[in-house]
Amino acid sequence: MRLTQGQFSFLPDLTDEEITKQVQYALDQGWAVAVEFTDDPHPRNSYWTMWGNPMFDLRDAKGVMMEIDACRTAHPEQYVKVLAFDSSYGFETVRMSYLINRPAVEPGFELLRSEGPGRRIGYTVRSYATGRPSGERYGGEARHGA
Amino acid sequence: MNYVSTTLPTDRTAADGVVSDPKARYRPGVLKYRQMGYWEPDYQPKDTDVLAVFRITPQDGVDPEEAAAAVAGESSTATWTVVWTDRLTDCERYRAKAFRVDPVPGTPGQYFAYIAYELDLFEEGSIANLTASIIGNVFGFKPLKGLRLEDMRIPVAYLKTFQGPATGIVVERERLSNFGRPLLGATMKPKLGLSGRNYGRVVYEALKGGLDFTKDDENINSQPFMHWRDRFLYCMEGVNRAIAETGEIKGTYLNVTAATMEDMYERAEFAKELGSVIIMIDLVIGYTAIQSMAKWARRNDMILHLHRAGHSTYTRQKSHGVSFRVIAKWMRMAGVDHIHAGTVVGKLEGDPNVIRGIYDTCRETHVPQNLQHGIFFDQPWAGLKRVMPVASGGIHAGQMHQLLTYLGEDVILQFGGGTIGHPDGIQAGATANRVALEVMVKARNEGRDIWNEGPEILRDAARWCAPLRAALDTWKDVTFDYASTDSVDYVPTPTAAM
Repeated sequence: MRLTQGQFSFLPDLTDEEITKQVQYALDQGWAVAVEFTDDPHPRNSYWTMWGNPMFDLRDAKGVMMEIDACRTAHPEQYVKVLAFDSSYGFETVRMSYLINRPAVEPGFELLRSEGPGRRIGYTVRSYATGRPSGERYGGEARHGA
Repeated sequence: MNYVSTTLPTDRTAADGVVSDPKARYRPGVLKYRQMGYWEPDYQPKDTDVLAVFRITPQDGVDPEEAAAAVAGESSTATWTVVWTDRLTDCERYRAKAFRVDPVPGTPGQYFAYIAYELDLFEEGSIANLTASIIGNVFGFKPLKGLRLEDMRIPVAYLKTFQGPATGIVVERERLSNFGRPLLGATMKPKLGLSGRNYGRVVYEALKGGLDFTKDDENINSQPFMHWRDRFLYCMEGVNRAIAETGEIKGTYLNVTAATMEDMYERAEFAKELGSVIIMIDLVIGYTAIQSMAKWARRNDMILHLHRAGHSTYTRQKSHGVSFRVIAKWMRMAGVDHIHAGTVVGKLEGDPNVIRGIYDTCRETHVPQNLQHGIFFDQPWAGLKRVMPVASGGIHAGQMHQLLTYLGEDVILQFGGGTIGHPDGIQAGATANRVALEVMVKARNEGRDIWNEGPEILRDAARWCAPLRAALDTWKDVTFDYASTDSVDYVPTPTAAM
């Protein structure tokens, strides 16, 4: 499967040039760019691991791209996303979120059903990858010492 | 006994000014509304006043100030004749004051009448009470040919007595983990007749193909062909399967509209038990029922979608009724999270400037006066959450650049026919819409001029996306280009060329 979280997952994977333009857009709006990664892509996993704090004081797309690249290089077999935080009144939330790296193989999710009375079914979504400990999930990243 | 006095005491007909002598003022009989004190051109509205502007069309021979005063009177304390019991009250405080009348530009015989209402006239937190005054009796008043409530200014003091949206745009996006682009939805079609099992199939296909939401239509409740429990169960199977296959949070607006509050609560509770993130109601259930469901939604972490079923009966004609921007304002106060608010380019009524005013009313934290958008007053929103507008009705992927330009990012674009009618199936229809949306947002962020380059951007994406190519081929010539019946009256003054 292809995980389609984020703004641009239905498009071909973004090139570095395209990522730079999106970063520049965020900076132009006055938003702070952040990078997060995970090997637990459950749709309700709100808290991916932060690659440092949001880069509030970094106003240069090139500098941001270096952080993005460092995260991607350190975790080539994990999901990596770029976020933009808007601190303005009425928002004070995430304004952009898009994947810039994904594992080579994405096994996806299993839908577990528990049958209840009255034809009711309780549904649980489980990531196939999270059956293994973090760090050993996608493509054996642990082998590379991550 | 003569109940309708047609001859007024001479000392009260000589002038149309306020009768200030109490003895003359309260002599039994009939006075003009302006003589009773409902026309007060020198009145300075207070920050705590509720303000309203009405479009009035007086009957021939009725002067506009008297007509405005009559509206003020009939929507506040007055009746058709003088009553001495006014004198038991601080009646000057409770009397609404018409304080300004402007001719409607370019429309002889119509006037904008501004009226101020004292805050104590209204029960806290009650749309029913607010509207019982403002639109209660007065719209059938004989001396007027027509009456339309154009806009209102709700004072912060009154706003703070309302819950406001149960969830709001920000929390909705955080719960769905969906940022940076409009959300995508589709109304299930055919509107009526599908069995629960077949209906859930459409839900599943559309969500799997790339939509965030699917939606019951306004008239899907619990009919012989599909009872509500069946629909809810099958829909949630479709939703959960689509979540598992995409890794995205998705939902379907389960319409809980029913005959009684008890029925609606029962359906809403069932939706919650099944894990739905959103329920839906129709405007026709009434203001009190809407407020009740908004409280339920806040209490149960549920997004509340409102379909504006019925509104065009009173919002569409300019001469009589209630402008939709006022309905949108009331609904933000009442506490809904989504409201259908027009598409500009689709099949339903929607002048671009009017729609802009409505979207601002839903989404902004402070809406400044803007006559060209139909906004007559500054409206601070006092921290009430923001409502997600929904664009639905006759829109398709080929219009994506126009939709994004007109409607912005915090909006739900609903392609019903434009998803389900796709030649290669529902999933392909959903994918076409999602790709068109993502490619357009990406291009906008890259600084491209999507208004002019939009068709080219879509064509380029269609080279690698077959579903989008088929969608563009199918609907390329579909437009709904009719003059709007509801437009704004103020146009920008052209700046003299230097």
